[in-house]
Amino acid sequence: MTALLEVRALCAGYAGSQVLDGVDLDLERGSGLGLLGRNGAGKSTLVLTLMGLVPATSGTVRLDGAPLPRRPHLVARAGVAVVPQGRRLWPPLTVAEHLRLAHRGTGTWTPATVLDLLPQLAARRHQPAAHLSGGEQQMLAIARALLTNPRLVLLDEPSDGLAPAVVDTIAEVVLRLRAEGVPVLLVEQDLRLAFTVCDEIAVMERGTIVHRAATAAFRADPATAHRLLGVA
Amino acid sequence: MDGQPAGDAEERSAATDAERRSMAREAEPRPRGQETAQRPVGPEAEGRPVGREAQPRSVARTARHGPLLPAGLAAAVVAGLAAAPLFLAPFATTTLTRILVFALLAVSLDLLVGVSGLPSLGHAAYFGAGAYAAGWISIHTTSAVPLPLLAGAATGALAAAATGWVAVRAHGVYFLMLTLALGELLHQLAQTWDSVTGGANGMAAIPSAELGGEPLRLAGYVYWYVLAAALLGFLTLWLVARSPYGAALRGIRDNEPRMRALGYPTRIYKYAAFVLAGAVAGAAGGLLAAQERLVTPADLGFTTAALALLAVVIGGAGSLWGAALGAALVILVRDVIGPDLDGHGTLLLGVVFIAVVYLLPRGAAGLVRRRGR
Repeated sequence: MTALLEVRALCAGYAGSQVLDGVDLDLERGSGLGLLGRNGAGKSTLVLTLMGLVPATSGTVRLDGAPLPRRPHLVARAGVAVVPQGRRLWPPLTVAEHLRLAHRGTGTWTPATVLDLLPQLAARRHQPAAHLSGGEQQMLAIARALLTNPRLVLLDEPSDGLAPAVVDTIAEVVLRLRAEGVPVLLVEQDLRLAFTVCDEIAVMERGTIVHRAATAAFRADPATAHRLLGVA
Repeated sequence: MDGQPAGDAEERSAATDAERRSMAREAEPRPRGQETAQRPVGPEAEGRPVGREAQPRSVARTARHGPLLPAGLAAAVVAGLAAAPLFLAPFATTTLTRILVFALLAVSLDLLVGVSGLPSLGHAAYFGAGAYAAGWISIHTTSAVPLPLLAGAATGALAAAATGWVAVRAHGVYFLMLTLALGELLHQLAQTWDSVTGGANGMAAIPSAELGGEPLRLAGYVYWYVLAAALLGFLTLWLVARSPYGAALRGIRDNEPRMRALGYPTRIYKYAAFVLAGAVAGAAGGLLAAQERLVTPADLGFTTAALALLAVVIGGAGSLWGAALGAALVILVRDVIGPDLDGHGTLLLGVVFIAVVYLLPRGAAGLVRRRGR
């Protein structure tokens, strides 16, 4: 079976500086890939480039064999959802309005099923996003991605600054997605979360993927982890 | 960065991962008393209660009043406006008519500024285009209601459709400058196209609007015509603003890249809003032609556009009805108080504007609105 997502020699950057330097990446249905790397390695830029929010300068991206469009709204319609770093909600809009705006397509996820999974949000339905706690905001950002009924989900540092209980909920959501066959690309600095929910770990360095291993093998090889990430 | 986790419209932040993480760490697990520190700062957060204590109270208030109070208030305002000519002197009725016309322009501008986050300094162009079209139809074809009004709306929409695609590709201050330039372009056109617009002298001797073959000559009749049409325009804009499409426009205003990443073709959405606002502004221009029976290049010039923007800001961008209040204030100061100040009315408007920006960052509407919209 071919991979759902195939990235080949992807390059991208901002004015004057190349950030992605030939990324190759495959993602099978239902798999979970934890993407690690030092600050500035290009992890977030990879997510933004896949989404079309940073234009690719060269390389190809295929989703289920078809080239992924370049413009963000077409990427989203092709079935890619992203939970962005820093959540990026619409502060004045209520939780219910966020859910309504995000919902598209037919599939498992409707506002009702999402609220079942994330009951914290149900109680806050009529509050503007600006009044939510950090954890609730992250739940809403995840709900927004689920409601597009995606075929692939990109999470950019979802555990950033959150309490352990919230991180557990994130883990639950990722495992649920994978069980339904939706692959997840998880950019993380929290190794514990990445090890819990991903079956593979990849490490980025200077705009390219330098190491990829099954999670168990990666954990069994602390020397490599230390060399690549500066952690044990 | 995480201090305003949801408020940042810029997707590609310059902050390093390290900075972000250190700030993020402070943001989440934090005792109750310090919570205000993690609220978003910036324009969205100002002027409404931030502490968690303030929240249940405002929610309770909304729940207690339900939709009945605003509906009742709206009905009372409409009834009051409808009855006004029966009590007012003709001059006051004419001023009120002018307010309604200008209010429709301001509310259509608020769809751009407040709802969609598109601050236009050229919106008077579509108002003026509509006014000229309505005047031209009235002179050369018929002044039977509602044909001049429809011609105004159609011309406003066409002019906005022809110029809007350039404008909506730009953001923020560039959008402002582009709309300013487009407005000046149409202003020049109105001034130089003598054979159609009458040039700098304006288009004069526009016949009265006719209803069932009878010309509307009395100020009161003109007023009722303008009132009916303006209410229809307000209703249209209000329904659009609270529809799912309106919610999408607010999403674009607050974070456009995020809307695109959810699959919304945001430029088309903004363009549609621009054309709709142009159509309503054109209809307001049609009402202007019926009321003043004279259209001059000043009606689509910078001053008119700036006053409309002033009305939106004074009233509180985004609420629509706030813009109508702001328009009333602007016309009252310009036409009623201004003449007693030896023409220094705009000076007074400037003072009011500064006071509003400092004291009521969300405009007059912010006094009533507790939930952020």
